[in-house]
Amino acid sequence: MGAKQTRSAQKYQDLTDKTGFSPEQIKNLHKRFQQLSDNEETISRENLEKIPALANNPIRKQIIDAFFDKRNQHQNEVGAFQEIGFEQFLMVMSHFRPPTLKTTEEEREAMRKEKLRFLFNMHDTDNDGTITLEEYRKVVEELLSKSGAIGLEAAKAIADAAMLEVASTNVPHMAPDDFYEGITFEHFEQILKGLEMESRMHIRFLDVDTMTMRCGKSKS
Amino acid sequence: RRTTRGLIKQNKLVRAAALLILCSGFSLLCGCRGEVPPKPTGGVTIVPPIKPDNGPQAYPEAEKSNLPVFTMDYPRIQIPFEITLWMLLASFAKIGFHVYHKITIWVPESCLLISIGLIVGAIMHSVHEEPPAVLTSNVFFLYMLPPIVLDSGYFMPTRIMLHLVLWFAVVGTLWNSIGIGMSLFAICQIEAFGVQDINLQENLLFASIISAVDPVAVLNVFEDVNVNEQLYIVVFGECLFNDAVTVVLYNMFSFVAEMPVVEPVDVFLGVARFFVVGLGGMGFGILFGFVAAFTTRFTSKVREIEPLFIFMYSYLAYLVAELFAISSIMAIVTCALTMKYYVEENVSQRSCTTIRHVVKMLGSISETLIFFFLGVVTITTEHEWNWGYILFTLLFAFVWRGLGVLVLTQIINPFRTIPFNLKDQFGLAYGGLRGAISFALAFTLPDNIGRKQLFVTATIAIILFTVFLQGISIRPLIEFINVRRTNRNLGTINVEIHCRLMEHTIAGIEDLCGQWSHFYWKDKFMKFNNRILRRILIRDSRAESSIVALYKKLELQNAMEILDTVSGDISAAPSIVSLYEEKKSSAKPKKKFLAADLRNMHDILSKNMYKIRQRTVAYTNKHTLPNDSQTKEILIRRHTSIRRSLRPGSFQSTSHKYFSLPAGQSLDLKFPPARLSYTDDHETLSEVAYPTRRSRSGRPTRSSSRAMMPLRRLDTLTEAPSVDTVGDGGRITDHGVSRTNSSYSDSHVAPRRHLNSSNDNDSGSVDNLRNNHHEAPEEEEEPQPSSSSPVWAAEPRDGTTRNPLLRRPQWNPKKK
Repeated sequence: MGAKQTRSAQKYQDLTDKTGFSPEQIKNLHKRFQQLSDNEETISRENLEKIPALANNPIRKQIIDAFFDKRNQHQNEVGAFQEIGFEQFLMVMSHFRPPTLKTTEEEREAMRKEKLRFLFNMHDTDNDGTITLEEYRKVVEELLSKSGAIGLEAAKAIADAAMLEVASTNVPHMAPDDFYEGITFEHFEQILKGLEMESRMHIRFLDVDTMTMRCGKSKS
Repeated sequence: RRTTRGLIKQNKLVRAAALLILCSGFSLLCGCRGEVPPKPTGGVTIVPPIKPDNGPQAYPEAEKSNLPVFTMDYPRIQIPFEITLWMLLASFAKIGFHVYHKITIWVPESCLLISIGLIVGAIMHSVHEEPPAVLTSNVFFLYMLPPIVLDSGYFMPTRIMLHLVLWFAVVGTLWNSIGIGMSLFAICQIEAFGVQDINLQENLLFASIISAVDPVAVLNVFEDVNVNEQLYIVVFGECLFNDAVTVVLYNMFSFVAEMPVVEPVDVFLGVARFFVVGLGGMGFGILFGFVAAFTTRFTSKVREIEPLFIFMYSYLAYLVAELFAISSIMAIVTCALTMKYYVEENVSQRSCTTIRHVVKMLGSISETLIFFFLGVVTITTEHEWNWGYILFTLLFAFVWRGLGVLVLTQIINPFRTIPFNLKDQFGLAYGGLRGAISFALAFTLPDNIGRKQLFVTATIAIILFTVFLQGISIRPLIEFINVRRTNRNLGTINVEIHCRLMEHTIAGIEDLCGQWSHFYWKDKFMKFNNRILRRILIRDSRAESSIVALYKKLELQNAMEILDTVSGDISAAPSIVSLYEEKKSSAKPKKKFLAADLRNMHDILSKNMYKIRQRTVAYTNKHTLPNDSQTKEILIRRHTSIRRSLRPGSFQSTSHKYFSLPAGQSLDLKFPPARLSYTDDHETLSEVAYPTRRSRSGRPTRSSSRAMMPLRRLDTLTEAPSVDTVGDGGRITDHGVSRTNSSYSDSHVAPRRHLNSSNDNDSGSVDNLRNNHHEAPEEEEEPQPSSSSPVWAAEPRDGTTRNPLLRRPQWNPKKK
């Protein structure tokens, strides 16, 4: 029993080094992971799809996909997992770590790039390094998919306009017959240059276990 | 610009000179005469100068003569008259500042107002005038404060980070008042200052007065330098809330200050009372808010008085709370907050605009008056200047504010995703300007407080000090220390999309982590809201009401466009030359108008996202209306200008195509294509049929009045064909100017037009004229500038028909 605990402590330490989460956070996330996986070692798509809170999220599919995307594991692999273990789970989560007061400017920049890459990967489903109009449209459609009749049509138009915008900012002198085949990561960075990601792409991973708190409160 | 500067100078000169002359001329009636001078700027107020001129002379004469040919009864109208003039003067001052915009960038508006007040005060003082005794406690609390607070409450963004704001506003204000009060009391014990007679209660009272921070000026600066969002929100929230907190504290302390002896029990009672007062106010506010919302459910037939309900209910909440001596401010703020959401869906677009404008107007007038009055009072009243007390007040106010911010952020930082850093803290601490509320509270102190004079003086000193020194220096300082900044501008569609994408991702991941977030209760409330509250309070509550609202908005916009077509054409009629010139400049509005398009797209994006949790809101400060209505206005105005460029179809259709309303109900598509008129049958048909179709498909509740507009338009055009001719001329020149590369001409449309133009004499001269001009620019209607204009949507309609990127199915029906 004790050996097991020390082993898991060791494991947490590894993960802390790898992902930057604090041991408490990892512990919390691990609890959640086990809850999601029904105490299995790995999580499958179905596990995630069953989360009730996620049901209303229009980009649920993209989010879940992101977890099974090998590109989000920092290991230069491509393709998709069928199931992910806790480590992979944490790796994906680590994209959303907030910067601390100690984070240096370069680290911030790196984090930003990482987050951008994460977003880019969400778009670029076929992993060809570009976001094509179809892919872009798809995402926008999903985004608007919970909004009734206006969704589909508007989504198309918006995606088109957005695409045209990218094209015009990045390829200013395009011949009329040119075809802008897709947004590359560089262009992607370019268009989101002014956007402050700091305050947006973050989750506060709690140090304390709030799950029990939540249950208690919701019952009362 | 030079002329405007000259104008201002002239203005001021005239004002000052006239002030002097008038004031020295007749010293009978107080400062009201002072307001006469600015009148040269406005045409309406020619009468007032005459009246006071004759007043003092005519009145005694009238008494002597038996048959008054000309009588004046100035005393009868004196009070409202003087109030009106004061308001006018204050408003003129406001106009004055904004004529020359650069002043307000470097010097906060409150500074300028106080300065003008000081000038007026100086003049009045020099002729031994007393300021009108307008600002009494009752007047302030019953008439001037409610608009200010209503303003804050009504325009408070609902998604503000409430806990953070409350933390700083409530705890911060408490901290300040108690801290300053205690330390001042300690100072009072030193004999050298000669203020031993001020007891603790009075010190606390005074401290609560000067702990009200009014960072409107700072907000402006923050907005300009794009300071990061958190900081902005905190300051913004402080600006909203601490009025309330201060007044509650003030009431409490002024009650305590009148008690001869304070026992420990009273302290506890005081604390208890604090909660009773605050929560009671909230309760009344919520109650009245819901009643108001419920009432507006039934006002669809009496649109004219709709806005009135809002004001009356808010005011009622205020008065009732005052009746029970609970926090009337809390009551009015919560009332406004509660009802806003429901009311704005119930009332018509127009009433909504009216409400917003009136609330804003009343609020800013009140505040302007207070500032202005502060300037006057500073000079005209007697001061009790006590160096020690006042200097220490300044010192403590500054120190405790700094300490408070430091401590409070330290406490709250561990709970924040992104902690406040030192620079943020500095910005927060330095932004603690004292403002109108402080002054008003001090000025309306009960007379039985022994050192009232000293308190007023000290308050004025601290206000002047902070407003002038800190207010002017904060911009350079913020820029110097380089506070973390955000680009809060709307940017591009891509940015917007990705913001949303990120929000949803975050929300999803958060759900995935199963972390309890503070959104939990919000979600619960939203559910409750959707299931029960909305059903009771909103007339036609639908699940996707935001979309309905959007449609309504589009509809309204469209109607506005049509209206503007008419007015634009008419106003453009006088001279072709000027038209021609305008056309040249109209190449630019193109881009700006597209910003409005963009905005609409943002609207769609933002409104149709599922429960957006961390949405960045369009904040507003106390002096301006929130963005959306502003842009709407801009949009409308821009339309007029674009209208004049007489290329109506191209712009509207682009905008609407982006919305791409479902084909069945797209009202918008009917009209702009008509103006484009690919075929003339289509044009005549759609123009004639437009009103009927519109009224059929439009929601009768909203579009009843607007449905008339297309009709009117038809009339004008047929009745005054000459107008259109001129317009056509203009249009042709316009195309001549903006023609870039008309390489591509719409060959299959052109012949049909010729055919029709010979046929359609019966269909009225309008079409005929229209045809004439369409022959000229028809190749312009379908040019292919996508290559030449890199701006993505300079001509999106055309660009997209060819651009392989954009094959839009919804454009096809139009061509059929």
